[in-house]
Amino acid sequence: MSRVQNAVIGSVRTVVGWLPERWLPGGSPDPLIGRHGEVGRQLGHLDGPLKVTGAARFAAEVPLEQLCHAALVHSPVARGRIATLDTRAAEAAPGVVLVLTHRTMPRLEPVPLISITNMTAVGNSALPILQDPEIRYNGQVVALVLAETPQQADFAASLIDISYDEAPARTRFEAAKPQARTPASILVERNEEAVGDAEAALRQSAFQVDAIYTTPGHNHAAIEPHAVTAAWTGDRLVLHDATQAIAPTAAALAKLFDIRREDVRVLSPFVGGGFGAKGFWDHHVLAVAAARLVRRPVRLVLSREAVFRMVGGRSPTEQRVALAAEAGGRFTALIHTGYSVMPPYGACPEQYTLGSRALYRAQNVRFGQKHLDLDVVPNTYMRAPGEAVGSFALESAVDELAHQMSMDPIELRLRNDPEVHPLSGIPFSQRALAEAYRQGAEAFGWAARNATPRTRREGEWLLGMGCATGSFPYVRMPAGAVRIRLTRDGRASVACSAQDMGMGTATVQSQHAADRLGLPLAAVSFEMGDSDLPPAPMAGGSGQTVSIVAAVAAAATKLTGELLRLAGNASPLAGLRAGEVRLQEGGLVSLADPARRDSFDAILSRAGREDITVTESAAAPLEMFKYAMQSQSANFCDLRVSAVTGEIRITRLLGVFDVGTILNPRTAASQLRGGMIMGLGMALSEEVLFDERSGRIMNAGLADYHIPAHLDIPEIDVRWTGIPDPRSPLGARGIGEIAITGVAAAIANAVFNATGTRLRDLPLTLDKLLEEEGA
Amino acid sequence: MIPFSYSRAGTAEQATAAAASGHRLLGGGTNLVDLMRRGVEQPERLVDVTGLSDDIRPTPQGGLMIGGAVRNAALAGHPAVRREYPVLSRAVLAGASAQIRNMATVAGNIMQRTRCAYFTDAATRGCNKRSPGSGCDAQGGFSRYHAILGGSSACIATHPSDMCVALAALDAQVHLASAAGLRVVPLVEFHRLPGDAPHLDTVLQPGEIITALELPPPPAAMRSAYRKVRDRASYAFALVSVAACVTVDRGTLTDIRLAFGGIAPKPWRALRAEEALRGTPATPQAIAAALALDFAEAKPLDGNAFKLPLASRTAMAVLADLIGDAA
Ligand SMILES: Cc1cc2nc3c(=O)[nH]c(=O)nc-3n(C[C@H](O)[C@H](O)[C@H](O)COP(=O)(O)OP(=O)(O)OC[C@H]3O[C@@H](n4cnc5c(N)ncnc54)[C@H](O)[C@@H]3O)c2cc1C
Ligand code: SF4
Repeated sequence: MSRVQNAVIGSVRTVVGWLPERWLPGGSPDPLIGRHGEVGRQLGHLDGPLKVTGAARFAAEVPLEQLCHAALVHSPVARGRIATLDTRAAEAAPGVVLVLTHRTMPRLEPVPLISITNMTAVGNSALPILQDPEIRYNGQVVALVLAETPQQADFAASLIDISYDEAPARTRFEAAKPQARTPASILVERNEEAVGDAEAALRQSAFQVDAIYTTPGHNHAAIEPHAVTAAWTGDRLVLHDATQAIAPTAAALAKLFDIRREDVRVLSPFVGGGFGAKGFWDHHVLAVAAARLVRRPVRLVLSREAVFRMVGGRSPTEQRVALAAEAGGRFTALIHTGYSVMPPYGACPEQYTLGSRALYRAQNVRFGQKHLDLDVVPNTYMRAPGEAVGSFALESAVDELAHQMSMDPIELRLRNDPEVHPLSGIPFSQRALAEAYRQGAEAFGWAARNATPRTRREGEWLLGMGCATGSFPYVRMPAGAVRIRLTRDGRASVACSAQDMGMGTATVQSQHAADRLGLPLAAVSFEMGDSDLPPAPMAGGSGQTVSIVAAVAAAATKLTGELLRLAGNASPLAGLRAGEVRLQEGGLVSLADPARRDSFDAILSRAGREDITVTESAAAPLEMFKYAMQSQSANFCDLRVSAVTGEIRITRLLGVFDVGTILNPRTAASQLRGGMIMGLGMALSEEVLFDERSGRIMNAGLADYHIPAHLDIPEIDVRWTGIPDPRSPLGARGIGEIAITGVAAAIANAVFNATGTRLRDLPLTLDKLLEEEGA
Repeated sequence: MIPFSYSRAGTAEQATAAAASGHRLLGGGTNLVDLMRRGVEQPERLVDVTGLSDDIRPTPQGGLMIGGAVRNAALAGHPAVRREYPVLSRAVLAGASAQIRNMATVAGNIMQRTRCAYFTDAATRGCNKRSPGSGCDAQGGFSRYHAILGGSSACIATHPSDMCVALAALDAQVHLASAAGLRVVPLVEFHRLPGDAPHLDTVLQPGEIITALELPPPPAAMRSAYRKVRDRASYAFALVSVAACVTVDRGTLTDIRLAFGGIAPKPWRALRAEEALRGTPATPQAIAAALALDFAEAKPLDGNAFKLPLASRTAMAVLADLIGDAA
């Protein structure tokens, strides 16, 4: 991201700041806020029965005639060139249809990287895919084999004989630091920010913490590995995909393979978990290219190991957080800087300092991130990129400072809770962190905590409690359209190319559409998962729900106008304008005089029509610039640590989320609980074992990459403040990512409370505890 | 994975004949098939031996004879095992997952290979166990799960089994068969230390198979425990585990058998500590001193030095509990 972008975003903020509120989205609150309709009701996933009965077909399951199966070969070296390559044995192996290497792969342009300014760019890596003999990271795909069965493909792949001329690779985090790059911006924010002289204030303050916190790489481990089934008919492509970005994937493939956008159809009705991983990666290009060459459908299903090798995860980070306060607790300095890996061919800057910029008021601040350029598979977005690891560092430091000051850590946080965004001075749209802490502390029994570490004990188990704040920004995507088709019998179908990675998109959007259109839930259907539908933005930044809601609301407004026009002079509503009626109970109703109404059936019948269809896009998300829109959460942890072995076992987690309106308590609780479980895994066990000698991931599988097992997961109490955001569609802010944030810090803080030992390096494993304790 | 043939053996004779002609034995496949998928093992012929004895029956001496094809779950759940040898039941249940235990066989569990990450990844170059003479990438790499005792400069891999740690403490015997006949090897002598031939995990000879496990009768009034220390609460291999069987008579430890997992290339009997403690009141100080005798020769690396204090702390806690409960 560039200086130019800083300037553009800066001027958007300034201009939007001048504009009167009523001109902007969110200027007047969404009329559905606070209405008790379908939104807010407990509703199970509408596609649940399909999934539990196996009727839902995932990308790797679509039956096709003539299908052939792909297997991949990965480079075992990190840098160099292919010296010799012999594919004869593989080509002669039973069932082999094609062997694709850099020699035979069609020449293709690099894939444009994901960008906020170009919604059709979806690449996670700008590296060439089988275009040359260069090796750029350990795990890079060097060959693809197609065969009649997956087993034949796999065997033939093992017969490809490759030797490499190895070159020195940059694989060491520490060694890369002297050449670190300082980017001008991080996503849409300026990277380096400073107010006052934070270093000086740090030295002069009564209390201060200045520490380095480290987090390892994390890998994606969604239950469904990446898979595509690609089928060409002439120059038309159908891709069955597991993706979080349907429309952008279709656009990218059209461009890459030089065909018309309308000749690409990406279908992704079900996705077995995304978390940021299910973007556009090399397997898309490989499968589509191979299928075109052999003129047969191709299925490419990544093995679990391949997901680790060729799909990036979360970058490791090394973060410095320094925090100082005067005796009353007011922060005098806040510094958050650090290093993460971001090769120039990657797309995700791991924005670990962004959360810190919005969370506390401090007199002097300094923020800035440095990027390390290593020869690795580019890291990517992973649930709450940045905030997940950034909140571990920041919220551990706050706890350290509170302990030093003998102050309750909640109290210290609330004394520094800002009224306006600390850097921009822009007002928050809604913010109730104090309320979240109040509710949480009461429900959790925070008062029972003993502030002196290592004082509560049951047998060999040391007991501890900790808390920490989580946060995540509000994001609404600057694109996306929906189509609404209303039929005379009072049924509506709402459609766009939205993605559902298991969160319940179709369920919640059906609830919303019912309320927005004034229809019962049973009369509404939500179509999605198909790039032939009006384009929805990618599901990212926890922004899909509100982005689609805004588009549906815009389309509903357009529908209202069209219906009024059709209703004509014979209508009881004659003379009213779109702003003077609302969609209710299967028709239009005058706002001023509810007795004046006209049903959809009557309007369409009089006009001699069976149905009416409108397509509309939402207004640009300028509310994001006019207001500071941020979700926050209060996390609490109760745990025990064995004084013998150092094993940490969580007893209870509780989170109170200040995330705006909750659209469906059942799907929301499950989303939030899942996020907290991921936070628990990050705290205790998740770690990519990256061997810096070879640049290779040594635990590329779920036996050795430890996500939490059932027994690790305690009772998790999920609550929310439920206060709507007056500036967002439906008052909602997006809940996909926030729940992972703050959890690791709450756990680390509880470990300190239990043991008196401060661990600053994730995951919090028993060897680190024993070592710190000098066992 | 390379193509392979598959057949089934109905009797031990068929199995030994198949083994002698170069077949690899297939139990539940939970280890072998994983390694075949990753190209670490490349057998061309498999013979399924899950049809061999899956009996658990009492021996004339008052012990138990356990068929090699008994599933791990069946072993852990067997009433006689739960009653007479609870340490074995607990150790088996501490391992893997319910699904894996339902598939895994007793013989396969004994024969399972190390989880060393450099061994299980055929694309890494240096692994003497996988490819003799190629080096040992674990040294200087990730060695957290590796041995502090019994390793060599050629290999520091651990044997990952939980079950075998309990078997070591119970003085189990392994029954073997081949065309040449039958033989019986104590479990503690069944797994080899790597020395300069780490590719040989056990003393099993080519053409030989495991037919059964024999447990001697449990000592009267024996109290036992298995404790596994690990990164996750379940479904993780042991960083350190301890199996202990003790008999306490009026404050004196009349019998003690103590075995460790996760710290050596084989289940590690702490024979020196046992000897030092047998016949004493076994105070905490005495236990600590006795354990130090076994750990004196430990050669920890940076990545696994924590196992030294961890192993003795865990053993001390386990013994203190057992002795305390008996008092
Ligand atoms: C994810 C995961 C986690 C695990 N966690 C644990 C754990 O925490 N603790 C633990 O102890 N174990 C654990 N295991 C290992 C598990 O216990 C073993 O995989 C299992 O016991 C092997 O038994 P099997 O019958 O499946 O063996 P197979 O995979 O069938 O065979 C293993 C070996 O035994 C040989 N073999 C089989 N039968 C005979 C015979 N009769 N005579 C001679 N050789 C024979 C085979 O040729 C092969 O070399 C885990 C495994 C996995 C995959
Ligand atoms: S420890 Fe043994 S198994 Fe592991 S790399 Fe070294 S030689 Fe191979």
